[in-house]
Amino acid sequence: MSTPFYVSPQQAMADRAEYARKGIARGRSVVVLQYADGILFVAENPSRALHKVSEIYDRIAFAAVGKYNEFENLRIGGVRYADLRGYTYDRDDVTARGLANVYAQTLGTIFSSAAEKPYEVELIVAEVGDAPADDQIYRLTHDGSIVDEHGSVAVGGNADQISSHLDQRHRDEMTLAEALKLAVEGLARDANGSDRTLTADQLEVAVLDRTRSQQRKFKRVLGRQLSRLLEGEQPAPEPTSDKSSGGAATAPEEEDLDLPDED
Amino acid sequence: MEANPRSTGRLPAAFLTPGSSSFMEFLGEHAPERLPGNRELPPVKGKVEAPHGTTIVAATFPGGVVLAGDRRATMGNMIAQRDIEKVFPADEYSAIGIAGTAGLAVEMVKLFQLELEHFEKVEGTVLSLEGKANRLTTMIRQNLGMAMQGLAVVPVFAGWDLTRERGRIFTYDVTGGRSEEKGFAAVGSGSVFARGSLKKLYRDDLTQEQAATAVVQALYDAADDDSATGGPDMARKIFPIVTVITDEGYHRLTEAEVTDIARSVVDGRLELPDGPRAEVL
Repeated sequence: MSTPFYVSPQQAMADRAEYARKGIARGRSVVVLQYADGILFVAENPSRALHKVSEIYDRIAFAAVGKYNEFENLRIGGVRYADLRGYTYDRDDVTARGLANVYAQTLGTIFSSAAEKPYEVELIVAEVGDAPADDQIYRLTHDGSIVDEHGSVAVGGNADQISSHLDQRHRDEMTLAEALKLAVEGLARDANGSDRTLTADQLEVAVLDRTRSQQRKFKRVLGRQLSRLLEGEQPAPEPTSDKSSGGAATAPEEEDLDLPDED
Repeated sequence: MEANPRSTGRLPAAFLTPGSSSFMEFLGEHAPERLPGNRELPPVKGKVEAPHGTTIVAATFPGGVVLAGDRRATMGNMIAQRDIEKVFPADEYSAIGIAGTAGLAVEMVKLFQLELEHFEKVEGTVLSLEGKANRLTTMIRQNLGMAMQGLAVVPVFAGWDLTRERGRIFTYDVTGGRSEEKGFAAVGSGSVFARGSLKKLYRDDLTQEQAATAVVQALYDAADDDSATGGPDMARKIFPIVTVITDEGYHRLTEAEVTDIARSVVDGRLELPDGPRAEVL
């Protein structure tokens, strides 16, 4: 039997970080932006079924890049965490900060445990508040670090370049259409500086909309509504039925706000 | 923080185990003592006194289903609460009304709502109406031990079936036996009278307004003959809860709408105390 070579802890950690970063850099990016009425999520994702952006709880959503099976596991863990917490205490007691903290601990432990392979994921957890100042966006990296972000943030392959593009042009009071346009411009920038064109079928778009009357603020922007927004027209008022939102948003109207699940 | 009892603070394995889309299954694995079904009642002599909810009625109409309940909870011969709410949305296309032990029923509804929401978030799609109805069966079975000690919960589940495109009603017995009702249904202490009333009033071509009026009439008849069912309380302005589920989803009639219906029913009863008359032949 041969004895393994000595590897210094610094080197081991650097190797693991390098491994995770390479995995993440292979994927397409996700962009999260604040706009006047909430938080916008835009991912370059041709799949209609395998989502990169999802609902976690009433005001909280999740976006991720990297290895699908790993972030899907974390997403489901997050939904379970949020639902259990809301069931134990109250729906108001489920916060993005708490969730981001649990994700950070989980990613951090996995990253530093020699027995496990580090997760090749980067996550964003965002919570929409009653006013833009109350919005919270947390970015979590593969090693479990949390960054509290404001305004705009990008994760994934080309994140640095996209971020700098967004940072220069983002304003908090942007409308949804303006924010979407900026996000798509950002995502369309290639690593070598040339621009591609992204169409509606290549994009996965969702919002946490604070003006929604329902308790669950998450809504996917799909089909005609998305095309209209991309073309820069004013969006039509939200349809009475949310069947088109892929079942993502099914809370009752405002007169039902005295329900027992809020107790 | 209940999610991270371990010192590392990371999500316990149960949270990250793929597979189940059911919140109840997850709870059973991670914190079984929190499941209502796993609680044991200490041995008691005689009946346990706790507030009971009374009458729930439902009726379908072309284009949807209405589900309504009176507002009274009783404890023995006492009125425990005058304005209890016993009809709740289960998700966007279904609602649940509960008769029986109020405390346990409200907990069951809360868990049922969460179960549907959890599935929807994890799977990205909604359960079929049958699937939702079957989930409720499981929950009632878990309460069987309590039911044997007199703390039964008997729900009515009504919803809009998105694939069959019609309103449907399911009733349950204490053992979880599920049956689909054609046209109309009633459960609870006043159900006998409510069902008799609906039998004479119900037609399968009612409009939504007529169906809503018919269920309020039925609740009036139930309150007329059953002391545990509350009628419209004109003095305190407490009226039944009436909900409607159509292809546009769940909708609870506003206080003003229900007040109008209840007033016209009560006004009619001042003329004919036994309510509208049906033909003999």
